[in-house]
Amino acid sequence: MSELLRLATAGSVDDGKSTLIGRLLYDSKQIFEDQLESIERVSLARGDQYVDLALLTDGLRAEREQGITIDVAYRYFATPKRKFIIADTPGHVQYTRNMVTGASTADLAMILVDARKGVLEQSRRHAFIASLLRIPHLVVCVNKMDLVGYDADVFERIKDEFRAFAMKLDVTDLTFVPISALNGDNVVQRSGNMGWYEGPSLLHQLEEVHVASDRNLIDGRFPVQYVIRPMSTDHHDYRGYAGVVAGGVFKPGDEVVVLPSGFATTIERIDMFDGPVDEAFPPMSVTLVLADDLDVSRGDMISRPHNQPTVGQDVDAMVCWMADTPLRAGSKLAIKHTTRSARALVRELRYRLDINTLHRVEDAEQLVLNEIGRVALRTTVPLFYDEYRRNRMTGSFILIDEVTNSTVGAGMILGPSA
Amino acid sequence: MVYELTDLRALEAESIHIFREVAAEFERPVLLFSGGKDSIVMLRLAEKAFWPRRIPFPVMHVDTGHNFDEVLAFRDKRVAELGVRLVVASVQASIDTGRVAEEPGGMRNRLQTTTLLDALSEHGFDAAFGGARRDEEKARAKERVYSFRDDFGQWDPKNQRPELWNLYNSRHRPGEHIRIFPLSNWTELDIWRFIADEGIEIPSIYLSHTREVVRRDGMLLATGPFVTPQGDEEPFKASVRYRTVGDATCTGAVESSATTLDDIVAEVAATRITERGATRADDRFSEAAMEDRKREGYF
Ligand SMILES: Nc1nc2c(ncn2[C@@H]2O[C@H](COP(=O)(O)OP(=O)(O)O)[C@@H](O)[C@H]2O)c(=O)[nH]1
Repeated sequence: MSELLRLATAGSVDDGKSTLIGRLLYDSKQIFEDQLESIERVSLARGDQYVDLALLTDGLRAEREQGITIDVAYRYFATPKRKFIIADTPGHVQYTRNMVTGASTADLAMILVDARKGVLEQSRRHAFIASLLRIPHLVVCVNKMDLVGYDADVFERIKDEFRAFAMKLDVTDLTFVPISALNGDNVVQRSGNMGWYEGPSLLHQLEEVHVASDRNLIDGRFPVQYVIRPMSTDHHDYRGYAGVVAGGVFKPGDEVVVLPSGFATTIERIDMFDGPVDEAFPPMSVTLVLADDLDVSRGDMISRPHNQPTVGQDVDAMVCWMADTPLRAGSKLAIKHTTRSARALVRELRYRLDINTLHRVEDAEQLVLNEIGRVALRTTVPLFYDEYRRNRMTGSFILIDEVTNSTVGAGMILGPSA
Repeated sequence: MVYELTDLRALEAESIHIFREVAAEFERPVLLFSGGKDSIVMLRLAEKAFWPRRIPFPVMHVDTGHNFDEVLAFRDKRVAELGVRLVVASVQASIDTGRVAEEPGGMRNRLQTTTLLDALSEHGFDAAFGGARRDEEKARAKERVYSFRDDFGQWDPKNQRPELWNLYNSRHRPGEHIRIFPLSNWTELDIWRFIADEGIEIPSIYLSHTREVVRRDGMLLATGPFVTPQGDEEPFKASVRYRTVGDATCTGAVESSATTLDDIVAEVAATRITERGATRADDRFSEAAMEDRKREGYF
């Protein structure tokens, strides 16, 4: 069975991220001849000595001109085992928001480190963001091993240093691969140049890492997204609640509770177009038909009687700020959490986090673009939520500026405000 | 029991989520339907998302007038089966009323933009589902699932809203609209695997057939009302199929012997040329051709 794996990549400028992605696409035969010809032409015109695989992934005109990646770009490749979606994000601090965006849906993060430079402030920042966004798996690619003579000691040193730092973060699965993106060492095949390395190639790891168990299969959560009422003669009394399973496993016959009303009922059937199913689990899109005729609408939450989400209007959350105008205590914003929309007041900015040192700046008065901090919010209606670390779907929200309508903040819920 | 979805079912679940989200949050969505394979998959996903009710929005065909008969027949049949309302926005009408002028060479892909934008505002549509995929072309790789357009329908690649988790921001002012791309994460191969897996009917021109063609700019163009041999072009009969369908004047066929969906899947899996590179004359003009058109409000 072929599965889907969502990857996010981060690296500082020139660490070789684009080359690595180009290499993965090229070696897994996802590069088409016309694309290759087009980048060969450009490379030739520029007088490069080899075809610059990085050109494959630098899309927009401004990026071509400046030669840097400035926005999240999505790439696709597949092997017989898996389909991969890569969120390719820029590494520089001024693009933290793009990195957060790419990381929000990722199952695995690939962090690039230049073997000659070792673990830099940027590498730490990338690891921190991956852990903040709860990407379950982190693969550190120590790149440009060809430029350090494929030296095992260099690799071991970087590994130790990175590990020591990662201990301070909440990282569950951390692995390291020594590679040369340019030459392809250990990218798809294990390299003869590094006999001392006993682990699998990068691609092999990407194909084998176990991700299905990363989803929350314990806490039954079903935010109602859309009420299906056909109002046709064939389905006269049909009333189904459509949405994505955000946690747990639902089965027909299960007892459930609907929030905010608190009414209990059972699941009569779980419908899909191709016929009813016996089980629904994340991230399936299904339609629940309930045994009792209740008044349920979009924004309500269906969960289990003995395992319900927290209900509340006062939450503490880590927020990554994404707008030019700063976030301050007193800011009023629109909030979207699961399928609920409401308004939110920033009651307090508790601290700003220095994302390079992880130091808390307690007297911060604002968060500017790309900064991350802890805030206390009050919402106009109760949210049905879990801690982000327990459930990425019921623990996340976005903040929207009510005047410009832009998405200005990404939030990860820590819990009820004290 | 392992709780895993196959890659196709995971993509399907994501797309269905997007359809439902739009239906819940916008006043007047519309689904852009060209009769092409991507819009055929979109229709199926929309059907799945709202079953057992009908698809709760109309479909719109931006009609270049340069159609393949098979595709028009297919469109009308599908629309009737699903019981959805069809809106046809005609490029010919835009030409007749002087909104746009026919281009030298007669290609109409570019003219569609005006017709589309006029129709969106005429009907007050605030969300338009498109079948674009990010794997199609470099500029698309950075486009969001919800692609916000200003009053002029323009896309500003530098000023896109961040898109996090599965939380989409549908807010917009009156007059603005959002293009929605539920197939963003699908590749051409995924589309064909899905069509084969679901046994979805497709217009016959996607399967191998014999047709008279001319070779032009390295592409095979079907001769007919829209393409006549020029200069020393020699028409010949070839066994071909289409990888995309669009303006018949500039959509090329590829040589193929694929007569079943499984043949197509095998062929696409082995193909070494992108869909656009092989078959879309209009994208070949410049490196940045697509980016420019998108800024103008193209699909
Ligand atoms: N020697 C060597 N050079 C590399 C390697 N990977 C990337 N490079 C070079 O490093 C430079 C920056 O790479 P690029 O992929 O553009 O970096 P990005 O900014 O992280 O995307 C380019 O000149 C690459 O050719 C490698 O493994 N070995």
